[in-house]
Amino acid sequence: MTRYITNRALQGLIAIFGALLIVFVAQRLSGDPVALMLPMDASEAEFTAMREALGLDRPLLVQFAIFLGNALTGDFGQSYQWNAPAMQLLLDRLPATLELAMAGLFFAVLLAVPLGVFSAVHRGGFLDRSAKVFAMLGQAIPGFWIGLLLILFIAVELQWLPAYGRGTPAHLVLPAIALGWYPVAAMTRTLRSSMLDVLESDYVRMERAIGLPERTIVWRYALRNAAVPLVTMVGVYFANMLGGAFVIEVVFAWPGVGRTVVDAVFARDFPVVQAGVMLSAVVFVVVNLLVDLSYGFIDPRIRRG
Amino acid sequence: MLRVRDLKTYLYLKRGVVKAVDGVSFDLASGETLGLIGESGSGKTMTGLSLLGLPPKPAGRIVAGSIELDGRELVGLDEDVLAREVRGRQIAMISQDPMTSLNPVFTVGNQVAAPIRAHGLAGDRSAIDLAIHELERVRVPSAAERASDYPHQFSGGMRQRVVAAMAIACRPRLLIADEPTSALDVTIQVQFMDLIEKIQADTGAGVLFITHDLGVAASLCHRIAVMYAGRIVEMANVDKLYADPQHPYTRGLLDSVPILGRRQKRLQSIKGSPPDPLSLPGGCAFHPRCPHAMDICRREAPPMVSMPDGGQVACWLKVDSTA
Amino acid sequence: MVEALSYLSRFGVKVFRRNTVSNKFPFIASSVLALVVICALFGPWIAPYQATAISLADAMTPPAWLEGGSTAHLLGTDNLGRDILSRIIAGARVSTVIAFYAIVLSGLIGTGLGMAAGYFGGVVDAVISRIIDTQMAVPSIPLAMLFAAVLPPGEAMVIFIIVLSYWTWYARIVRGEVLSLRERDFIALAKVAGVGTPTIFVRHLAPNLLNTLLVLATLQFGSVIVFEAGLSFLGLGIQPPQVSWGGMLSDGRNFIEVAWWLITMPGLAIMAACLASNLLGDWLRDTFDPLRRQVL
Repeated sequence: MTRYITNRALQGLIAIFGALLIVFVAQRLSGDPVALMLPMDASEAEFTAMREALGLDRPLLVQFAIFLGNALTGDFGQSYQWNAPAMQLLLDRLPATLELAMAGLFFAVLLAVPLGVFSAVHRGGFLDRSAKVFAMLGQAIPGFWIGLLLILFIAVELQWLPAYGRGTPAHLVLPAIALGWYPVAAMTRTLRSSMLDVLESDYVRMERAIGLPERTIVWRYALRNAAVPLVTMVGVYFANMLGGAFVIEVVFAWPGVGRTVVDAVFARDFPVVQAGVMLSAVVFVVVNLLVDLSYGFIDPRIRRG
Repeated sequence: MLRVRDLKTYLYLKRGVVKAVDGVSFDLASGETLGLIGESGSGKTMTGLSLLGLPPKPAGRIVAGSIELDGRELVGLDEDVLAREVRGRQIAMISQDPMTSLNPVFTVGNQVAAPIRAHGLAGDRSAIDLAIHELERVRVPSAAERASDYPHQFSGGMRQRVVAAMAIACRPRLLIADEPTSALDVTIQVQFMDLIEKIQADTGAGVLFITHDLGVAASLCHRIAVMYAGRIVEMANVDKLYADPQHPYTRGLLDSVPILGRRQKRLQSIKGSPPDPLSLPGGCAFHPRCPHAMDICRREAPPMVSMPDGGQVACWLKVDSTA
Repeated sequence: MVEALSYLSRFGVKVFRRNTVSNKFPFIASSVLALVVICALFGPWIAPYQATAISLADAMTPPAWLEGGSTAHLLGTDNLGRDILSRIIAGARVSTVIAFYAIVLSGLIGTGLGMAAGYFGGVVDAVISRIIDTQMAVPSIPLAMLFAAVLPPGEAMVIFIIVLSYWTWYARIVRGEVLSLRERDFIALAKVAGVGTPTIFVRHLAPNLLNTLLVLATLQFGSVIVFEAGLSFLGLGIQPPQVSWGGMLSDGRNFIEVAWWLITMPGLAIMAACLASNLLGDWLRDTFDPLRRQVL
């Protein structure tokens, strides 16, 4: 287990390094990186100062080393739009994004667990077939369009919930549904098939043979086994949601990392953009590592293996 | 105590109907051990599952017959009632493969306590204490500490003891042991069979011992029922059956394996192969493999006839001899 | 007995699982995709109006079946009086063109690298696999932001971003396929017979990968359309005046309180195209190799 985690952590570090490399390449791709980092109306003196500060007169490898050194201290430059360190700016917005992603995940799991379990228990029944159709639709409908439809029907027509901004828990509902929409389908199908396997297992038959009520068997004993593959998905989707939240945040005017980065793209505020890419890469790696660790809590066999 | 009459359990598969149990009748007294013997596919496991009301879902169903336990009819009982009052409480099962019969993500103590809790014999806390007690009874060493371990931390033999502890936790009247030793090493097998005898002495339960191993059955059972293609073909006291088998199939079985203390000629296997469960031969299902097959065997299934010495056999040869 | 039974019952389950809804609609699915492609190829001849033709007098006409609608504009018009149906047809062209290039390029790159990794193994495999891992650790939307910030916007940039995010799909799966193909006799025989590596790739490996690639490409079509729509919705993809479904959603969003059809119709187009591609992809996968559902 320890070796596995160490391995995964190393892979994660390599991935983060790779992401840094991509960001660096992208920066150079545009020609003069200083032009990206300074506001358009910057003076010639500022340009020269910036070039020297970045060591742009030095060889490319040295430049990359400097970039790496800065990146490791979380320094991706100043956002000229906000006149603050780019990474700090995003870290301030991270709680909003995490809140949204967690709410989205909560919605997805809340829907997927009962759907998946009932589909497996009543295999081939009405609910199972409906869940299947629902899953197919779910995978074909983009979350941001669901977001727009939710705004249209729930917020504008029915006026039940607020459509834009962050504040009360009510503000969280619609964006969370839009964000959690996509994973529901995949999670339901995964849980259904692992639940089917578990329900056919010898230990479930044994649990039936000792007279445990079917409800207890399904929800207490079988679900915990069937949930193992689901936990992987939860991790992957949580990490993806942090990325996918970009579009949803724009749809619902949610003041999170994603919307800030999108705004930064329009404003040519490149330090914020690269800080955003790095932040999501780091979060992705960390979340996946946490998922690996969490297996041990669900499945005792992995704990010592 | 247990009275089974004309039990029929069929499996409705896409490709056809399997008559897994096709008219099985037997009695079992308290403290008695009845061996149910047959090749794989003969319906012995399905008979055991039917007694629990657990034919595999969704294909399996008990279609006819009666199972009476202490005078109470179990066939047709509501699923909830079966779970609450019968399974694990009056009838329990030790299943075949100890490696897969325990839930991997719950502690052993928790799993042994589960039937005690489910049948309301104790509250949550004292159920664990009782579970530890049961683990001691099946001779799991340092049971108190090991109760908080997970199944993968136990050896195969120990796991089978844990399964046994789960099964006897509520002192069932009938214990079904489905090939409980086939996955174990020989020395562990012997220990485990001692354990079953001890459990039986302690609790006075009747034991239905399902196995394909004639040697194991000989050492443990009082009576033996031989199954072939969903039916019991011969049933007799263990000494009598081994000394003087009446049915050609039983004789074939006995001739095909070495059994300690039995005088045998050369070992011979039964010719032919077990029948396809989806299309059983008409008449006596054994006739294509039977060295004594007659015309009537192909046309009509033989009735069960009682022998003067108390045994029963379903074979046309014996029908003629008594008629 | 128990093994036999559990096998039998599992067999029953498999039969049931294969008999799914997704198997019933390959015809409908391919018709929808064909419709999208026809719109892409012959759009200008089919569409009732020019997609960019402004007619302020007709602005905000609702769809024909609503009060105030007219058969002149079946799906209504937007705030500038542009015909929604014509714009959806024009959007199909952008979506299809982008999907085509993106699929071909990511397929070529991914297949090439995947074949190399699987066939040569060793260092080549290690390096390519690490690159794949890295690529997959960077979520694609933020990555898209990065390049949207430095590259000139337009079709080429969108294709570049999609290829960057999708080639790993092909590489990963092709690598796995080649790993198992490599062990098969006909490859070993070809090697012994002194057939050159390029020939083995083209003549022996590639034909065996075709089914897999076709399934992947079909599934990717819908995925690419959604991805492109997302980018264009954010304003980072296809730029006006060029028409795209994502761009239409972005425009319509400003009028969500007065004209629901502006955001509904393009979304339905995206959904139909994506659903069709998923259904067809699933069906192809099941048809080619039902046992390998898990892998793809």
